[in-house]
Amino acid sequence: MAYPHEHPRETRVLSKYFGDKDAIGIDGWIERGGYKALDKAFGMSRDEIIEVVKDSGLRGRGGAGFPAGLKWSFMPKNGDRPNYLACNADESEPGTFKDREIMRWTPHQLIEGIIICSYAINAEHAYIYIRGEFVDVVRVLNGAVVEAYERGYLGKNIRGSGYDLDLTVHLGAGAYIAGEETGLLNSLEGRRAEPRVKPPFPAQRGAFGMPTTVNNVETLAAVPGIVENGADWYRQWGTEKSPGTKLFSCCGHLRRPGNYEVPLDFNLKELVFEICGGPPEGREMLAVIPGGSSVPIMTVDELDCDVSYEGIEAAGSLLGSGGLIAMDDSTCMVHAVRKMVDFYAHESCGQCTNCREGSSWLAKILRRIERGQGREEDIPLLLDISANMAGKTICPLSDSAAVPVVSSIEKFMDEYMAHIRDGSCTAVR
Amino acid sequence: MSDAMHPAIVSAQPSQRAETNPDAPLFEGEYHDRFEKILSRYPNKRAALLPALNLAQELRGWLSPETMARIAELLDLTPAYVRSVASFYTMFATRPVGKYLIQVCAGIGCDLCGAEDVVERLLELTETRLGEASADGKYTVMEVECLGGCGFATMVQVNDQVYEDIKAEDVEGLLKGLD
Repeated sequence: MAYPHEHPRETRVLSKYFGDKDAIGIDGWIERGGYKALDKAFGMSRDEIIEVVKDSGLRGRGGAGFPAGLKWSFMPKNGDRPNYLACNADESEPGTFKDREIMRWTPHQLIEGIIICSYAINAEHAYIYIRGEFVDVVRVLNGAVVEAYERGYLGKNIRGSGYDLDLTVHLGAGAYIAGEETGLLNSLEGRRAEPRVKPPFPAQRGAFGMPTTVNNVETLAAVPGIVENGADWYRQWGTEKSPGTKLFSCCGHLRRPGNYEVPLDFNLKELVFEICGGPPEGREMLAVIPGGSSVPIMTVDELDCDVSYEGIEAAGSLLGSGGLIAMDDSTCMVHAVRKMVDFYAHESCGQCTNCREGSSWLAKILRRIERGQGREEDIPLLLDISANMAGKTICPLSDSAAVPVVSSIEKFMDEYMAHIRDGSCTAVR
Repeated sequence: MSDAMHPAIVSAQPSQRAETNPDAPLFEGEYHDRFEKILSRYPNKRAALLPALNLAQELRGWLSPETMARIAELLDLTPAYVRSVASFYTMFATRPVGKYLIQVCAGIGCDLCGAEDVVERLLELTETRLGEASADGKYTVMEVECLGGCGFATMVQVNDQVYEDIKAEDVEGLLKGLD
């Protein structure tokens, strides 16, 4: 069966072999041109690799969008301490399911990217921190790692280069906050996944106290193509500030939900209405969250922008992880926001008071509004709590919990008022 | 893949196999070897905690205080520390669960597509309440946070099997298919 949905307007670079069962194993992957970039990388100096990734403009695909090559360049050169790479495969942002597909269809694409990055930053051990819920993906990934060892792409003296690298798949155990890079490092070390105060940044003091680079799966999977074909090849897509292609995980009320890859200058409205087919038959689109539940909600009228980091920001939201959540007119916005806030309240690690207390109070107040027991004073109260949560904690989970509350009050006040004043709901059933 | 003993594979699948003899050493035979391989992949013992808890849960079905105390011994940690970490992560069961642990995604993507109806139907058919094992010990139904398959709503995971695109009307067939 072909990959669930494809669309002729996609630009399939990372996702070219999604749905192709023969691309999963190492032989099939090599037949499709895999591991050529690695051989090329071993013919380059470490600085040359970092330079080409910098020039490509590849930005971190986990949500923050930090330039990948720049991050690698922060790693100490010729240090006497071991360096590590941690690949963030925690994929916990609600609405995001792109890394899962990269790993289950093209595990060697990721492994090749990991080896190239590890070589560039001189890491001796790379860890893939994958969420424990991805049981079927873990089986695929473990099999691929074994194949890579057997073929000499991992282990001692890889491909005669003199470079040694070990790769370990490390399972998480159900914690959203382990997707935050320093939470991930604590979890990898056998601790509660509580984020650390930065600085020191991971490149100075990361896993086991050693210099560490943390990169998202999609970022690392993009590396082999860039190393093999050059920075200009990658820059043929996207914008000056957001080059390349990106996977969008599209879910919610859509005719064709799924993962779609488009250049970063693609139009958001066309992504939602053409590629994903818009809302189901007989429904009107109400709102879209373009980058996972941590980014501001956009009304359907705000969608005419390009999907670059700067394009979505100018339109009032953020690209985030590319987890696009579509909501049609059957959605009760108060309920949807309450579900999102419930999630953050459950997942708050509890270190910072503003987040721990704020998120659960937001959830409680939203629940009473949803049930028709809210008061008009609840709206300023929600905004006040939200203001006390943003930018005041160790990590951005607290900000994330406040975001859907603030943006929904700003854009869907009628929904709140219908619940508060009439105990009714504006959703079309 | 049958290469379960390869050193690169250190992490267990929580397949919920129940252990009937609690007095036996925690990791024996194949499990002992897997535990040793886990230790070899990290620069210190503490880092082996999550994989070791995973392995123990695969073996025992859940993590009792005794199991956690044994892991503490094996890794030179205190029992309190092990419990403080285990209780942080939702996938570690610190209470016994049914033979079939049914986890339904309650994330926003699945919620928009009818996850609550799936949960309701599951609770009705298994005659349980959320998080509680059924009287015959067969089922525990849990709502879990986003399972990372939002485009295939509703995501349901039973032990280590993942089911995509589940609607309320599919629940009866899913349960029948488990036995």
